[in-house]
Amino acid sequence: MLKDLFNKKKKYASIPSEQSKVDIPEGLMKKCDNCYKIFYRKEMNNNLNVCPNCGHHHQLNAWERIDSLFDKDTFVEWDKGMITSNPLDFPGYEEKMENDRKKTGLNEGVVSGKGFLNGQETAFAVMDSRFRMGSMGSVMGEKIARAVENARKESLPFIIFTASGGARMQEGVLSLMQMSKTSVAIKRFSDAGGLMISVMTHPTTGGVSASFASLGDYNFAEPGALIGFAGRRIIEQTTREKLPDDFQTAEFLFKHGQLDQVIHRHDLKNVLGTLLKMHQKGGNPE
Amino acid sequence: MKQILEFEKPIVNLKEKIAELKKFTGESDIDLSEEITTLEKRLADLEDDIYGNLKPWQRVQMARHQERPTTLDYIAELFTDFLEFHGDRNFGDDEAIVSGIAYYKGVPVTVIGHQRGKNTKENIRRNFGMPHPEGYRKALRHMKQADKFNRPIICFIDTKGADPGKESEERGQSEAIARNLMEMAGLKVPIVCIVIGEGGSGGALALGVGDLIFMLENSTYSVISPEGAAALLWKDSGLAQKAAESMKITAPDLFELGIIDEIIAEPKGGAHRNIKQQAENIDKVIEKSLVELNKLSVDELLEKRWEKYKQIGDYKEH
Repeated sequence: MLKDLFNKKKKYASIPSEQSKVDIPEGLMKKCDNCYKIFYRKEMNNNLNVCPNCGHHHQLNAWERIDSLFDKDTFVEWDKGMITSNPLDFPGYEEKMENDRKKTGLNEGVVSGKGFLNGQETAFAVMDSRFRMGSMGSVMGEKIARAVENARKESLPFIIFTASGGARMQEGVLSLMQMSKTSVAIKRFSDAGGLMISVMTHPTTGGVSASFASLGDYNFAEPGALIGFAGRRIIEQTTREKLPDDFQTAEFLFKHGQLDQVIHRHDLKNVLGTLLKMHQKGGNPE
Repeated sequence: MKQILEFEKPIVNLKEKIAELKKFTGESDIDLSEEITTLEKRLADLEDDIYGNLKPWQRVQMARHQERPTTLDYIAELFTDFLEFHGDRNFGDDEAIVSGIAYYKGVPVTVIGHQRGKNTKENIRRNFGMPHPEGYRKALRHMKQADKFNRPIICFIDTKGADPGKESEERGQSEAIARNLMEMAGLKVPIVCIVIGEGGSGGALALGVGDLIFMLENSTYSVISPEGAAALLWKDSGLAQKAAESMKITAPDLFELGIIDEIIAEPKGGAHRNIKQQAENIDKVIEKSLVELNKLSVDELLEKRWEKYKQIGDYKEH
């Protein structure tokens, strides 16, 4: 019949019954943000938070990232106890920080340290966007600058995983100056022959993308990550330009020559491992 | 038509009144000189009171004043034989940044600065002083040349921010800014930076990694515009005035935070009232800075630059 070719329009909305809500324990299942398919959370976690159906990369928090890359029990954390002093006496800032500390178990939106990746030692900083959107204030700037300095002093490579909405408004111009502080540290490190690798993850925008995230000897990104300088809304408002759907994605940047590679999370450890190896002792295989 | 700011209106009104009285005295036989003297005294007090106690938001308005002198105005006053050079050698020339070499008291220096327009036509040509990536790359090209030929670098900072647009993103606005921050850190020549108007975020900082940083009294330097901050923090850009106060963006704020080295005084009523006087004030600072920085060896210069930026920030450690 001809009418079978057309979908019947539903006459009513389906609302899950109270019973069905009760049956599924909290957090057992996870729905993909992109294809909306539902998976066991465990299945998704075992897949490094990459959707088994469509390959969408969901965010990893700092410790999930570290566990996914570092050889077991080789990670040493630096400057764990550093916290904000609310330098501008910004109203409400400390309460917000306290909430995020409780929520994430972190003291700031970045974890730094050193460890072994595929048997090779490297310094490391990984940002966590759950903490104040991964925004950069004095603590983050100081932790990253120190990690880079430590890498220089110990002649280690430095890998950074960025995830940040940009500058931390509540620290005003001090947060802006963390861009120069980290960049000056990276220059010293680079001049001493240090290898820096930047992996931009979702999202990497504003002051973070306009400083250390873009300063790797190699700049990578995860698929689908939002990366950019100005916010999409601001660009649309100021220029009234029509922006393509893939605007400011990792793939968009790659297309425009801004990235060395877009790397699937499953391949990341191996690519980084190989790259570290190639930069050791002149890169010669033993 | 001169731009009059809201808080300047009492001064303008009083000035008009004095002018009226003077005209009246000239035209009639009645002697009003006593009244005029009283009013002129009151005007001086009023000016001291208003301009001497500018609130952060009023300074923002001063920094954005239509007639505020721009980079090219100061170049004309401070340097001789300025030769402007163009282009980043990759994409194009960005007129939101002017860059070139000139003599400063007989010594060749590289001069780079953001350039706003003074009218709509010029503003469109110069993109309202908001550089594209090629602007920053042009600046970097000239900085590297300064490094090669051992010329000090003088940077004038005056921008609302880097251009936010589709093409800027395509051409790597983030990378262009980041690259400047990193490369400026390693230049083996003295770098003196002066914020003359608005120092807007990363777009300002990309010319701002200097050995000494100065701000004109009524300039601002901030991570985001007060309007933007208010929209982000309180979802209401109308609270810009409050944001200007909380965000600590004025020259005295930055001096207190230990970010800038000195505040350069402005003539009463702002830099645009007396460009020559303003240029003289800047001149003294540049001269002093170069004498100081030229004494340092390259190693000392770079070490001091690192120390300067290393200490910026505030935190607690447990």
